[in-house]
Amino acid sequence: MSAAPGATDPATIRNFSIIAHIDHGKSTLADRMLQLTGVVNAREMRAQYLDKMDIERERGITIKSQAVRMPWTHDGRGYVLNMIDTPGHVDFTYEVSRSLEACEGAVLLVDAAQGIEAQTLANLYLALDADLTIIPVLNKIDLPSAQPEKFAAEIASIIGCQPADVLQVSAKTGAGVPELLDAVVAQVPAPTGDAQAPARALIFDSVYDIYRGVVTYVRVVDGELSTRDRIRMMSTGAAHEVLEMGVHSPEPVVCAGLGVGEVGYLITGVKDVRQSRVGDTVTLATRPSAQPLAGYKQPKPMVFAGVYPIDSVDFPQLREALEKLQLNDAALVYEPETSGALGFGFRIGFLGLLHMEIVQERLEREFGLDLISTAPSVNYRVVMEDGSQHRVTNPSEFPEGKIDTVFEPVVRTNILCPAEFIGAVMELCQGRRGEQLGLDYLSEDRVEMRYRLPLGEIVFDFFDALKSRTKGYASLDYEEDGEQPSDMVKVDILLNGEPVDAFSAIVHREKAFGYGSEMASRLRKLIPRQQFEVPIQAAIGARIIARETIRAVRKDVLAKCYGGDISRKRKLLEKQKQGKKRMKMVGRVEVPQEAFVAALTTSEGAEKS
Amino acid sequence: MPAVTGSARSEDARLPLERLVAHPGRQLSCYVHVPFCATRCGYCDFNTYTASQLPGMQVGEYVAAALTEIELARQTLGAGAPALSTVFFGGGTPTMASDQQLAVVLAALRERFGLAPGAEVSLEANPETLDESRLEALLAAGFTRLSLGMQSADEQVLATLDRHHTPGRALQVARWAHAAGFTDVSLDLIYGTPGESMASWQASLEAAVSVDPEHVSAYSLIVEPGTAMARKVRRGELPAPDDDDQADKYLLAERLLDAAGLGNYEISNWARPGHEARHNLAYWHSDDWWGIGPGAHSHLDGVRWWNVKHPMRYATMLSRRRLPVEGHELLDAATRHEERVLLELRLRDGLPLAELDETERARMSPQLDRGLVVEHDGRFRLTVAGRLLADAVTRDVLG
Repeated sequence: MSAAPGATDPATIRNFSIIAHIDHGKSTLADRMLQLTGVVNAREMRAQYLDKMDIERERGITIKSQAVRMPWTHDGRGYVLNMIDTPGHVDFTYEVSRSLEACEGAVLLVDAAQGIEAQTLANLYLALDADLTIIPVLNKIDLPSAQPEKFAAEIASIIGCQPADVLQVSAKTGAGVPELLDAVVAQVPAPTGDAQAPARALIFDSVYDIYRGVVTYVRVVDGELSTRDRIRMMSTGAAHEVLEMGVHSPEPVVCAGLGVGEVGYLITGVKDVRQSRVGDTVTLATRPSAQPLAGYKQPKPMVFAGVYPIDSVDFPQLREALEKLQLNDAALVYEPETSGALGFGFRIGFLGLLHMEIVQERLEREFGLDLISTAPSVNYRVVMEDGSQHRVTNPSEFPEGKIDTVFEPVVRTNILCPAEFIGAVMELCQGRRGEQLGLDYLSEDRVEMRYRLPLGEIVFDFFDALKSRTKGYASLDYEEDGEQPSDMVKVDILLNGEPVDAFSAIVHREKAFGYGSEMASRLRKLIPRQQFEVPIQAAIGARIIARETIRAVRKDVLAKCYGGDISRKRKLLEKQKQGKKRMKMVGRVEVPQEAFVAALTTSEGAEKS
Repeated sequence: MPAVTGSARSEDARLPLERLVAHPGRQLSCYVHVPFCATRCGYCDFNTYTASQLPGMQVGEYVAAALTEIELARQTLGAGAPALSTVFFGGGTPTMASDQQLAVVLAALRERFGLAPGAEVSLEANPETLDESRLEALLAAGFTRLSLGMQSADEQVLATLDRHHTPGRALQVARWAHAAGFTDVSLDLIYGTPGESMASWQASLEAAVSVDPEHVSAYSLIVEPGTAMARKVRRGELPAPDDDDQADKYLLAERLLDAAGLGNYEISNWARPGHEARHNLAYWHSDDWWGIGPGAHSHLDGVRWWNVKHPMRYATMLSRRRLPVEGHELLDAATRHEERVLLELRLRDGLPLAELDETERARMSPQLDRGLVVEHDGRFRLTVAGRLLADAVTRDVLG
């Protein structure tokens, strides 16, 4: 290797990312690169080496990025390749953009049997926005179902190159990968920066490690950072001492410092990733830069849900689990919440749907919790007739009184799918109050459809509905697109006249009846008959819009009770008494916890469609 | 403390034999379980066996074992044991045993314990097993009461229940029994069988009262887990019984039986005055009884135990002169209170107010308001509506 970390000639550095859809082979390609460049030998190799979390490996997705330094010789000259892994999913657009910002080039990796997907397209646009050099690559060319000509043409038309410029590799066999590494050296520009200027480094990732605290990944833009330096986070002004610096290759290698264009990690001893935020600029406390790098944003939760332990005794464990998760997830926000139906829990804000899913899954899997979540909600802005404003992320906060306008967040979505599903997708999007913005053919049988959709319409089961209507072929990406005034109302579900908070929802007026009658009929089937008749009503304010009735139980007695039955009967009674203690009381109505859980988890998306 | 007799050792070492002392002040009853049936009915989960399920075991061996158990029971209870107030032969199908075998067992009870003056001696019987001559023999042997498994007057319903007698047979046997001199004849009915219409149930009730029985028991069909019927319901071959349908049928039974002079005295039992089943009342009043036979339960002043279920094992243990006990429980004061509430609330005479503490009495007041319970003569009694919700009332009161 030509240069040790900290003293690498920027001219020999190539910083790049791989942009790819789930399952298109990014991790496998990374594995091959690790082997070919000799940083991991075959014996140490395990599949998807860089994906550290179990969930990532199982779901085949990468949540947390990492940077790997690899040596490569091209035309007799030694180079340093920094491969910066990007999160591959819709909710992490901002993180992706920061990772890309740390690069000069990007490998656009597309499955030769499937073609480009919406996510990839969205990330490609981010890369183009960041002026990155794009190296288009088709993967899995060894598959019998591969259609390299077709998809090379598709890619060429999207990025404006020749189909012949699209490299063909098989990450599985390694074919074409050395040529790809050569192309990275030849085509990706070397980083440029002012080595004499005050230090500026971009944080593109930050990971909590239980032994070392927060590990912050940086790309040095100007100047130099060294161990023992006092550094300053420019967004907060907080200063820390650098205890350790290094690079991953792919195991950590400690070094004295990092110079212009270099990529590595630093450790200061902080314990919480929120003190080392992605997108922030690191400078030196002793000689600070005046101007932070552009593009820093605070993560903003877009989707909110109440999350409750199914067994209320697990509440302290849930709190502890959230505290731990937050150490590693700067985007996670939460506050305690109490529900009459579900007990004590938390209102959690998520970047989006996938983020929500991942957090819930980690809570359940890594912390062994059984959880129930309310339907996800979004952030509404409610303007009253008197001009006052309310931010509403929970139906319970929806104001009473005279409302002038409700604004709901909207997103711009890209949906890529085979042309045969155009009708199905249009129907779905129209049903979700979507406004079509455009439709383009990517190739003769694949289209990109663009819609403006209320976020509230896609937070609940939109992915599932899209997948089922397109036999799994459609992919989706969305980005924030402001807000729009909409006729939103709060629908309450009343059980024997008492509102059940967990089922209140903010929906469009046209959908209020559908939601109300669906919930009422669902609850009617789930709540056992009581000793009296129980009406289940859906209401907007005081106005009842739907009603179901649980008829009173008429028989609750075992006919026979003779000598041999008495013990059994008494044990049954005791069991029933125990069961009664686990019932939640909604007014006079006894509702088994399972009924709430079932009503919230029923997969039918009838509320929205 | 009377010494435990050397011959009566319990297989279950924990059964506190020293507590099994009959108290002269308390009544004593005896249940005799006869675990044989000609065929198994699809709805039945009782401890009973057909000949093919008990290869090599004759009714005679069972009788011999039962006689030994009677002997050990008497030894265990000691000198103070009172004469039996009631005896009940149930099953299974007790009449699978011959008249003589039944007579021998009853004679043994009479010899070992004695029968109190006016003792009630009941025999459960399937109509197809009885004729006029057997009825005379049974009366002569000392049986005073017959409980006939009529179930329904509807052929279709009987077929669903796997009952093989013709619809008129039970009525015929009831008439013969009266003619032979039985003054206590009870008909057992089942309602709410899948496929039974309201008209069919009404016809069964009318047929039953047409022979002037002294007593009627009417049970809603319960699909017990593990039975052939439960499997059919699970596979969708039979609809599950419907609670609302059973409630309507219960109310019809109450109306027709009451009109025929049969008063309800326990949730599922109706009788002419003075003809209530005293043996069953003993269960419901938490009196003492010894259960003879495989799987039979016994209760003696807060000690409850039950025998091994399998007849062969039962016979083997008794051939070694061991009490064939499978398990037991000791009822503490709270449990005995719970049982009293759940049993006595089922009775026409109801539960004495004094049995409930202040909290429980407070919990009773909404039941009174809702018309499920009335207070009368220092007792809480269920109304007709309350009888249909007896378990709910019990749960609410016990809290």
